[in-house]
Amino acid sequence: MGTGKVFEMAETSKSEELARRREVALAGGQGKSRERHLAAGKLLVRQRLELLFDDGYEFEDGLLAASESGLPADGIITCIGKVNGREIAVIANDATVKAGTWGRQALAKFNRMQDRAQDLGLPLLFLVDSAGARIDEQKTLFLGRNGWGNIWHKQVQASGVIPQVCVLFGPSPAGAAYVPALCDITIMVDKQASAYLGSPRMAKMTIFEDVTDEQMGGARLHCAVSGVGDVLVPDDAAGIAAARHYLSFLPSNWTEKPEVVAPVAPRADAKPIGTIVPPQQNVAFDVHELIDALVDEGSFFEVKTLFAKEMTTGLARLGGQAVGIVANNSRHKGGVLFNDSSDKAARFIWMCNAFNIPLLFLQDISGYMIGSSVEKAGIIRHGAKLLSAVCEASVPRICVLVRKAYGGGYLAMSGAPTHPDAMLALPTAMPALVGPEAAVNAIHYNQIMELPEAERAAFVAAKRDEYAADIDVFKAAADPFAAEDVVAPEALRDDLIRRFRIYGRRPATTIQRRSAVHPV
Amino acid sequence: MAKTIDAVMAGTLFRMEVKVGDTFDFGDVVAILESMKMEIAIEADGAGTVEKILVAEGETVDSGTPLLAYK
Repeated sequence: MGTGKVFEMAETSKSEELARRREVALAGGQGKSRERHLAAGKLLVRQRLELLFDDGYEFEDGLLAASESGLPADGIITCIGKVNGREIAVIANDATVKAGTWGRQALAKFNRMQDRAQDLGLPLLFLVDSAGARIDEQKTLFLGRNGWGNIWHKQVQASGVIPQVCVLFGPSPAGAAYVPALCDITIMVDKQASAYLGSPRMAKMTIFEDVTDEQMGGARLHCAVSGVGDVLVPDDAAGIAAARHYLSFLPSNWTEKPEVVAPVAPRADAKPIGTIVPPQQNVAFDVHELIDALVDEGSFFEVKTLFAKEMTTGLARLGGQAVGIVANNSRHKGGVLFNDSSDKAARFIWMCNAFNIPLLFLQDISGYMIGSSVEKAGIIRHGAKLLSAVCEASVPRICVLVRKAYGGGYLAMSGAPTHPDAMLALPTAMPALVGPEAAVNAIHYNQIMELPEAERAAFVAAKRDEYAADIDVFKAAADPFAAEDVVAPEALRDDLIRRFRIYGRRPATTIQRRSAVHPV
Repeated sequence: MAKTIDAVMAGTLFRMEVKVGDTFDFGDVVAILESMKMEIAIEADGAGTVEKILVAEGETVDSGTPLLAYK
């Protein structure tokens, strides 16, 4: 009897202790760090999770980590919950606890959830707001096999297996900057997120450079200039909403297909496609207008909007089916391919191909940029990367010749020899190795030079007209069977929907090898 | 140092859309380049008043060549 009573008391005090520890852990950091966090207009980590999940999380692991030392959850929350009706795994920093740094238990939780997500075949979302590694623990956590580097090792193992998404709410300095860099996509909160290998303070000490946090590695810089960021959002809530929208296109893992949702008509105020594309090849237009006219209203999720704008990339729905769109945008830099635009498209194509998202190319390209400055910067290497991504893509793929389809640009944008499922041409298409000006100059250079100066212009104009007639879209469709069909602008959307539905029957193949040797 | 609006890519200056003394806003088209068979609109990445035109129409420019100075 007596023993039973002692046992009961012990039970009660254990339960009380559990309740106390849970309360501390769930409350997160208190005092100054919490005040600073809130004063900066940021949401607390559990508020972010509440916004993220459809209806709270299913379960959380490691809540009581570091509870011995009173550090709530050791500054990191790992849990699984539903987003858009499907489970995802989450690793979220609590910046109010030791600035969200990675200590021993935080790292163990981090790595454990990475393993669980991969084992369970669930997308993994990183909600990052962290000062990075705890330098006072470097003795045990830097060099050895159990060190911080496991984070990146596991990210690389999971790449292309499960979707990995990062929302960067705050800092992610030094090595931690590779967490966003190794994700499939990184959403950054303007004026809050930052990533750099060396802080401004370190740069001032070692290379005598004097710059602000924002100039060194702010969200806008990364989304517009460096390309490390993919989506710039104004605040925490918009960051969460963007992650939810992005995840709605993705299957849970590489063995599954994206969800098909109810079809929605394109926005009612979209211009008719036939009026969007100027027939003159040198006149620019905004390809977003064409995308708006093709895709289900409100579905377009643009990736890297501010970076290398001559190329537009994003996810959208066509009659409810998810597609990845890769489109030249003549509105910026004439839609010509540069190093950054090649990189942008290549990475987007790799992501879509990894997760069974069919690809739609909207081609209006006068080619890769030429000239000594881009050659010095390695345009051939970067161009080869895009060509490699296109030729490797084995998901259903359709290329639409919107207008210009010249030279290497034609191939890089999924031209017929790269084996897409279909080539479709709009009546405005002009497929050729080079445009009329360059062609006449190359073919007739000697003849032109032999003519008296006064006769040259008329000769060139006549030859250009002759050549232009020869790059007519119907000849291209008929002669070398370069296009499955020439489609009336108003019929394009429905044609694409039917074709993608049917091409989706085909298995996407993988070549048996360890890895391609990718040009970079 | 005067602020400038620069060519975004190599090409020739097809047309200058502003003259000395004109004011412009962020995003206004201040010049058109011709490059890669396209007309490339050069948009102002700041706002101000044109102080000096630095490139003549028909002249070739490289990426980064200042086209005009403004204050």
